[in-house]
Amino acid sequence: MKKIHVIASAMAVCTLLSSAVFAGSTLNSVKKKGFVQCGVNTGVPGFATTDDKGNWKGIDVDVCRSVAAAVFGDASKVKYTPLTAKERFTALQSGEIDMLSRNTTWTLTRDSSLGLNFAGVNYYDGQGFLVKKSLGVKSAMEMDGASFCIQAGTTTELNLADYFRANKMSYTPITFDKSAETAQAFDAGRCDALTSDQSQLYALRIQLKDPDSAMVLPEVISKEPLGPVVRQGDDDWFNIVRWSLFAMLNAEEYGVNSENVDQLAATSKDPNVRRLLGLEGIKGKGLGLRDNWAAIIIKQVGNYSESFERNVGLDSPLKISRGLNALWSQGGLQYAPPIR
Amino acid sequence: MAAEQQVKSPPAKAALWRRPVFRSTLFQTLLVLALVSFGYFLFNNTLHNLEQRGISTGFGFLSQEAGFGIVMTLIPFSELSSYWDTFLVGLLNTLLVSGLGILFATLIGFTMGVARLSRNWLVSRMAAVYIETFRNIPLLLQIMFWYFAVLQPLPGPRQSINVTDMLFLNNRGLYLPAPVFEPGFEWVMAALAIAIAIVFSTLRWMHKKQEQTGQIFHTISISLGILICLPLLTFLITGLPVSWDMPELKGFNFKGGMVVIPELAALLLALSIYTGTFIAEAVRSGILAVSHGQTEAAYALGLRPGTTLRLVVIPQAMRVIIPQLTSQYLNLTKNSSLATAVGYPDLVAVFAGTTLNQTGQAVEVIAMTMAVYLLISLIISMFMNWYNKRKQLVER
Repeated sequence: MKKIHVIASAMAVCTLLSSAVFAGSTLNSVKKKGFVQCGVNTGVPGFATTDDKGNWKGIDVDVCRSVAAAVFGDASKVKYTPLTAKERFTALQSGEIDMLSRNTTWTLTRDSSLGLNFAGVNYYDGQGFLVKKSLGVKSAMEMDGASFCIQAGTTTELNLADYFRANKMSYTPITFDKSAETAQAFDAGRCDALTSDQSQLYALRIQLKDPDSAMVLPEVISKEPLGPVVRQGDDDWFNIVRWSLFAMLNAEEYGVNSENVDQLAATSKDPNVRRLLGLEGIKGKGLGLRDNWAAIIIKQVGNYSESFERNVGLDSPLKISRGLNALWSQGGLQYAPPIR
Repeated sequence: MAAEQQVKSPPAKAALWRRPVFRSTLFQTLLVLALVSFGYFLFNNTLHNLEQRGISTGFGFLSQEAGFGIVMTLIPFSELSSYWDTFLVGLLNTLLVSGLGILFATLIGFTMGVARLSRNWLVSRMAAVYIETFRNIPLLLQIMFWYFAVLQPLPGPRQSINVTDMLFLNNRGLYLPAPVFEPGFEWVMAALAIAIAIVFSTLRWMHKKQEQTGQIFHTISISLGILICLPLLTFLITGLPVSWDMPELKGFNFKGGMVVIPELAALLLALSIYTGTFIAEAVRSGILAVSHGQTEAAYALGLRPGTTLRLVVIPQAMRVIIPQLTSQYLNLTKNSSLATAVGYPDLVAVFAGTTLNQTGQAVEVIAMTMAVYLLISLIISMFMNWYNKRKQLVER
């Protein structure tokens, strides 16, 4: 009978645990364990890579860090889970990670049937092609019959199929689990072109043996709004992730950056800046955070422009221009709702 | 009288819960109930959690268009095909690589197993080196070795290794001429079927005759003759009803013909060479299990070494080999799921990979994939058990 008792109590514990994992709010569990568990890419320069000291860097990593800064007042309280495209949603659904910031495209299917919510867009991207210069191809329309290296489980796979179907051309897809494998296969000549989001193409190009031998074709064949993702049904956590991103965008708009944030907090008379820095208005109340949550993000992570230029922009090896990712006031698409 | 009465009087009844039959039935029923309710709880809990978190469930997604391409498909497949078709494509690719793998691994294994026991020092040492090397390197590394180190450094399509303008080998694969069957070819197939039937009945007849009279026939040359001549004659009479579709360099790649993609080649090489080592050891253990007295007895009867091996040693060795062979076949089939490492589109890579990711229905997709592997394994296991029964020593 003892055995039965043991089994019964084990079953009871399992039941309690399995319901506890999902019933509790993410914010509480994050606070309890003392860090944000953030799902990132296994390695795309500019978006999520480790430097020579093993620290994670990148524009996606900065979103994780800004959430940690908002919650703990310390941007370093993040633990990273590197995920392949195939693993990412399951990791989030199962509660293995608290948020996903892994150049993930916002689509209807993902938003509506995976039990997930996209919290915003931290990078507007589009799919393009990387080809060897020696191939002599100037446009994707000349690539009938070519073979393409792709990462499995991405919107890229679907867009490529759509593009070739729409233009009545044929192609051969060669799919791999990791983007580094696609680059390796492309380098070895297994495929004629590598296709992925444009930002990644620039990043993968600098990883080739001879980056100058390859070029990115002018065509952009899809819309790829990339952004952080959280589980559906936890609105408090959703708001924190979303507004951490908005804080960085608003900071750029109002000219607040990591260097002048302390000084502006002391001297600024601009009501927009004062609300952003938690000196007046609703402050952190609605989000359940400290008053100066946004100021801490700006101080420790920087505003959107700083993050962009440092990781993918002109201060980085990628040298990607702002383009669609410029602020709305400068002809781009980045537009954050006001903090008030 | 007293004794008779004692027998007739019913035995003193034990209490109900002390009866062995009652107790065993009770506990077994309880166990089954507990298991079933635990399973039901798991199932319900999963459904409840999925629903609560807004994740779609059900198998409705199988009829949706998949919208992505697959590099190698054995059935017609386009971007408009459904997710169910991706399941079939993946399944067939898994069956293809497992089937070919089992065939090659068995050939390599039997050759190497016999070679390791050879009296020729060089042959047995070489077999030993092969077995000890490939048995002790992890399979995943071997797959990657063949793919990244051997097949990828081959020249590109425009610098292909060209064998008489018919075979082309490059880093996109091995291109071969594909046969195109024209009307009239069905006669050749029919002739082949008839030839096989004739060979079978002749072999039986010759076997019977040999048992009765001891007369020895040249079975191999006779059956080969029938097998080749009859279809060949039909082929000539019907006017060579086969043409060849030649691979040709057009634009970026070769078009036409057949292609063995490097992903398949790497996986197949690694699987057959790796599993071949285990089969070789199984064969060696089987042969060594046959007592040497059997061989000596056969020699004493005047049988030659080849005949002794074929008629005396191997049939007895098979009884030891087959059960081990079964587990190696099962291992090979399950190991084929490592395909995903080099991008071969097997069931795990296509269905449990891309399809899972595009639909997000992890529970359904993984359940289907697991069920398929279970089913394949059970079928192989059933077949091998049947074969084992046939080959077992019949005690008289």
